[in-house]
Amino acid sequence: MFFYVLRRLLISIPVVLIASFLLFWFVRETFDPTARLRTSRDPTVIQRETERLGLDKPIPVQYGKWLKEFVKGDWGTSNRTREPVTDMVRRALWNTVQLIFWGIVVSAFLAVAVGVFSAVRQYTIPDYVLTGLSYIAIAMPPFWFGLLAINLAAFKIPEWFDLDERPVDFVGLHSARKSGFNKDYLRHLVLPVMTLSVQIIGSWSRFQRAAMLDVLSADYIRTARAKGVPRGKVIFKHGVRNALIPLITVMAVDIGLLFGGLLVTEQIFSIAGMGKMFVDALLQGDIAVLEAWMIVVAIFVIVFNLLADLIYSVLDPRIRLS
Amino acid sequence: MTAVAAGSGTGAADLPAPPEAPPRSQWQLFRRRFLHHKLAVFGLIVIVILYVLVFGASFWVPNDPLEQDVLLGTQPPSGEHWFGTDQLGRDYFARVIYAGQISLKIGLAVAIISTVVGALAGAIAGFFGGLVDQILMRVTDLFLIVPAIAILAIALKKFGGTDIVIILVLAGLGWMSIARVVRGQVLSVKEKEFVEAARAIGASNGRIIFRHILPNCIGPIVVNATLAIAIAIVTESTLSFLGFGVQKPDTSWGNMLYDAKGNVRFDEHLLYFPGLFILITVLCVNFVGDGLRDAFDPQSRR
Repeated sequence: MFFYVLRRLLISIPVVLIASFLLFWFVRETFDPTARLRTSRDPTVIQRETERLGLDKPIPVQYGKWLKEFVKGDWGTSNRTREPVTDMVRRALWNTVQLIFWGIVVSAFLAVAVGVFSAVRQYTIPDYVLTGLSYIAIAMPPFWFGLLAINLAAFKIPEWFDLDERPVDFVGLHSARKSGFNKDYLRHLVLPVMTLSVQIIGSWSRFQRAAMLDVLSADYIRTARAKGVPRGKVIFKHGVRNALIPLITVMAVDIGLLFGGLLVTEQIFSIAGMGKMFVDALLQGDIAVLEAWMIVVAIFVIVFNLLADLIYSVLDPRIRLS
Repeated sequence: MTAVAAGSGTGAADLPAPPEAPPRSQWQLFRRRFLHHKLAVFGLIVIVILYVLVFGASFWVPNDPLEQDVLLGTQPPSGEHWFGTDQLGRDYFARVIYAGQISLKIGLAVAIISTVVGALAGAIAGFFGGLVDQILMRVTDLFLIVPAIAILAIALKKFGGTDIVIILVLAGLGWMSIARVVRGQVLSVKEKEFVEAARAIGASNGRIIFRHILPNCIGPIVVNATLAIAIAIVTESTLSFLGFGVQKPDTSWGNMLYDAKGNVRFDEHLLYFPGLFILITVLCVNFVGDGLRDAFDPQSRR
């Protein structure tokens, strides 16, 4: 097990390096960090800045220098805010981790509940309704869902029901000068988490329904029923436990999707997380931030995939890691 | 010898012929199964109507999408302006329909290009294996660990947002998933006896790939091509919404939502209609994809 994890991590190092080099090259080709000095009266300033940043050297040399400092923990400073990138990432990552955490919890819980319910009640009206809704959830662009959700929950519903106060908020994760886990936090959390997870709930619940139907038609389910185990117990102990296994793989693959979803979600709800940091950095050509972003996200995705494999082997002892 | 083979081939002439059901061709079976899938047929009809209406817009849409009436300003939907008007008093219905030309064009073009490239790359990698295969798999691995939308945003930032560039960039990432699927399929098909037989009679590699292997992978290819339309439309709209996609004066559904994102409180009709069109298009494309999957592979039916 230990060697398996070690080997998997070692294999992914070159992949991350190649990806980060390509990104470095691409961003260097696209953006000129000296552009803001062009209006300067001092004719030598651009040349001095170019030399100071080492821009006259070949790209691989520049990349090597950047990488050396990155590994040492110096992630450079942002072009835009002049702030150390490590501080920016730490702050953004905390907001993002909260969103991702709640996103996964809500998606997994709802998707399993909906999928199992649909499978147990196959071809009934509730099954058709839920299946229809999951089709819509998959087809709906998440950013449109987010805007509609704001429109409905923050403006229409208070209007229709004559509420004095909005039931939800849609800017940031906390009201000004507030923090911690409380009602204010939950009010801010509802809409972004729904926006982040709506598409994923749709596809995971479809998947869970199919997996559950597979399991329910298995022989051991019939055996369990035949020997007199109550229906509810069969569904939960024999059914759901086995139907969860395939979902774990899908969940791991979709973690990347979740990070993509952060780009729009954080934009719509003005949450200062990794997604917003990426979009802002890209608009400004902020190379240090973009690089740090990519490496952090890549590590996240790799670790989650590995974690999924490990959980997989724990849930299903027939699977051997090799 | 040949007489015996022929006799057994026609299936024991002394048995009474089955009373009904003349033998059906693969295509007939496929068509029957597809037509059986009501939602897929419905989806296909809607998609075809949508494409015809959107691309024939100049023949039937009464208003000009560019004609401004600033004094009129934003108006809610009415008999004269079915979807209302936007901030500049332009007819929103005409704008949505014309914006569909960009969105639907991008969807179709991306699907075609990425399917052709992906099928070829996947077939070559799966058939020859070795180094080509290794390179393909490593390249696609590379793009699995970074969210696609981020790579696309970076690429569009560099190359600009004309529709040709968007199509090429989306296809540049989209072919990989199709290539992986086709590769997997080719790996199993190439071990079949008829491939060996073709090789035995001296068919060239190209002939084996195009005449024997690819036609046997048609199911996954067509299903993924269909879904690629939906993915491309949603991805384009997401990128445009973030400000990296289609640039003005061109307008796609995603752009219209970018402009309408301030209208969550008032004039929300500006918000509703473009998104509704994306939703309907993607939903119907997905239905068609499901129908095709069931029709090609009856066992996959859930």
